[in-house]
Amino acid sequence: MTSVLAFAEQRSGALRQAALETATAGRALADALGVELTAVLLGPPSISGAAETLGRYGVDRVLLGSSDAFDEYLPEAYADGVVAAVHECRAKALVFPASALGKDLAPRVAAALEAGLASDVTEIGVEDGRVVAVRPAYGGKVFLKVGFKSDPAVLSVRSRAYMAVEAPRDSRVEELAVTVDPARLRTRVRMAAGEKKERPDVAEAEIVVSGGRGVQGAEHWSLLEDLADALGPATALGASRAVVDAGWRPHDEQVGQTGKVVSPPLYFAIGISGAIQHLAGMRTAKCIVAVNKDADAPIFKVADYGIVGDLFEVVPRLAEEIRKLRSEE
Amino acid sequence: MKIIVCIKRVPDSEGRISAGSDGASVDTQGVKFVVNPYDENAIEEALKLKEAAGEGSVTVMTLGGDESKETLRTALAMGADQSVLLKGQPSTDGLGTAEKLAAAIRDREFDLVLFGKQAIDDDNLQVPAMVAQLLDLPSATVVVDLRVEGRKVTAEREVEGGHEVVEFELPAVVAAQKGLNEPRYASLKGIMAAKKKPLEEIEVGDAESRLEVLAVMNPPERSAGEIVGEGADAVPELVRKLREEAKVL
Ligand SMILES: Cc1cc2nc3c(=O)[nH]c(=O)nc-3n(C[C@H](O)[C@H](O)[C@H](O)COP(=O)(O)OP(=O)(O)OC[C@H]3O[C@@H](n4cnc5c(N)ncnc54)[C@H](O)[C@@H]3O)c2cc1C
Ligand SMILES: Nc1ncnc2c1ncn2[C@@H]1O[C@H](COP(=O)(O)O)[C@@H](O)[C@H]1O
Repeated sequence: MTSVLAFAEQRSGALRQAALETATAGRALADALGVELTAVLLGPPSISGAAETLGRYGVDRVLLGSSDAFDEYLPEAYADGVVAAVHECRAKALVFPASALGKDLAPRVAAALEAGLASDVTEIGVEDGRVVAVRPAYGGKVFLKVGFKSDPAVLSVRSRAYMAVEAPRDSRVEELAVTVDPARLRTRVRMAAGEKKERPDVAEAEIVVSGGRGVQGAEHWSLLEDLADALGPATALGASRAVVDAGWRPHDEQVGQTGKVVSPPLYFAIGISGAIQHLAGMRTAKCIVAVNKDADAPIFKVADYGIVGDLFEVVPRLAEEIRKLRSEE
Repeated sequence: MKIIVCIKRVPDSEGRISAGSDGASVDTQGVKFVVNPYDENAIEEALKLKEAAGEGSVTVMTLGGDESKETLRTALAMGADQSVLLKGQPSTDGLGTAEKLAAAIRDREFDLVLFGKQAIDDDNLQVPAMVAQLLDLPSATVVVDLRVEGRKVTAEREVEGGHEVVEFELPAVVAAQKGLNEPRYASLKGIMAAKKKPLEEIEVGDAESRLEVLAVMNPPERSAGEIVGEGADAVPELVRKLREEAKVL
């Protein structure tokens, strides 16, 4: 039987949220194609426990490549591992997360398979038996609907485009036979990034609290941090370019055309005017809340809910009310 | 050190771009075309590496039509030594383009191939890692810091939650993220000198597209929601709505 193959991303032996979202997207595609969903999980021998979790998210079969060669992300070794899994499960389509790792690995795998790759897709479908997808281009100014001419089809899925949904299966876990040619292990990871930050990455968070020039300086960010703390651990901080250019916040928090594109369920724009280049990065958020003292700020044209007022009064009150709500639960 | 930099001509990010009225094309009418901004970081890095080494050459290469000569001239004016136009159309997905570039690179002497992390038209983020795979080279993408000592490359890449540092030997592929450096402007002298620098043209034919564009759409319209109220007094009502209407809290 043929299959859809989902790449299950782990870091330091733990599955990442991206792995569950990829499984959910893969499940939908497998159902539309009427095939099985296989997941490939590559990592150090300690990851075998993670394989069972995948079954809860709709995976029929897990191919487990546990080897010290997969301890860290080495592009060539990982590409070889995924290609082995593609042959083993006769994949018609491959689904990667559009994470830092996924964006690096998917192109290598597509090149090895001579297959087309659609990056950062927000929707996947099947029309007349063919895989189609929707993806943003030109900095989010347009969306392209694309159809695959290659077999298999390779996709990377934008974070939060498919929210992880439990769909338990009797999944089977099998060892993936893969030998990595030592000559292909040319990269050494000198310093790996742990998930060491207290907050998730802005592109992967469930809630984003973004601040703009209206916050008036790095020293006032404690206000937004407090709101983020009140909202809970799945909340990330974001920033407009004006803020990053001023050096108030690091570039990896920038949202927009030249920063990250985010689609969280909830996005707070605090003291952000709503320039077109900022909107390009957050207009696909499910719910947008704006706080701005200028009732004519363009951000209110896209916000679902707005408060016109001074953020220095509104934001602390917001943190307080959310804490109240959380303590009632 | 011999460095090849792959660059692309793209519409300026400040330009007005929308779905064409036929729903199948991208309307870039009236938009200025520029060197892909991340490719400027790649060119700058190549020039810096060559300057630091005190020897070597920087070759810029592009797959595109005649109009891409202007893009190559800009890179030559910044300080690149020579340029190559692979005449043909790039592919919709990254692979066809990567195949054309890899075929041209394979024939040349090089130590390092530099790219931008992403072309801001197709936003594919594919070509650099594909070229690395096709040429069986080590690679690092989304690089914010690069060091080359002898044959040893140390690259710092941006990943979720921080940076990752990787090492490998030349020859290799590296793709530049913004922040790697501050690209220089072409001086008047550079612009004059560029006119005399080599621009090699090779007919390579159009790249194979493995993806077909079925439709081009404008981003989903968002309609304005409601102003819940003014000032801090509106907060309790906002929180209630987020919880009960939007169900996001
Ligand atoms: C090629 C290009 C790429 C770009 N890429 C990006 C990008 O990726 N991301 C991005 O964000 N921008 C980007 N920009 C910049 C963009 O055009 C805007 O300049 C930027 O987004 C403005 O940031 P801002 O909203 O924080 O600042 P401003 O536009 O200055 O807005 C500040 C807002 O704060 C409000 N305010 C002030 N004080 C208070 C207060 N006390 N209480 C409440 N509200 C207050 C003001 O009413 C105003 O609306 C790009 C621009 C270009 C040309
Ligand atoms: N047609 C092309 N010619 C030369 N280089 C290209 C071309 N297309 C993409 N590239 C390079 O590959 C990088 C990533 O492009 P992409 O994968 O299209 O996002 C760009 O920043 C360029 O360095």
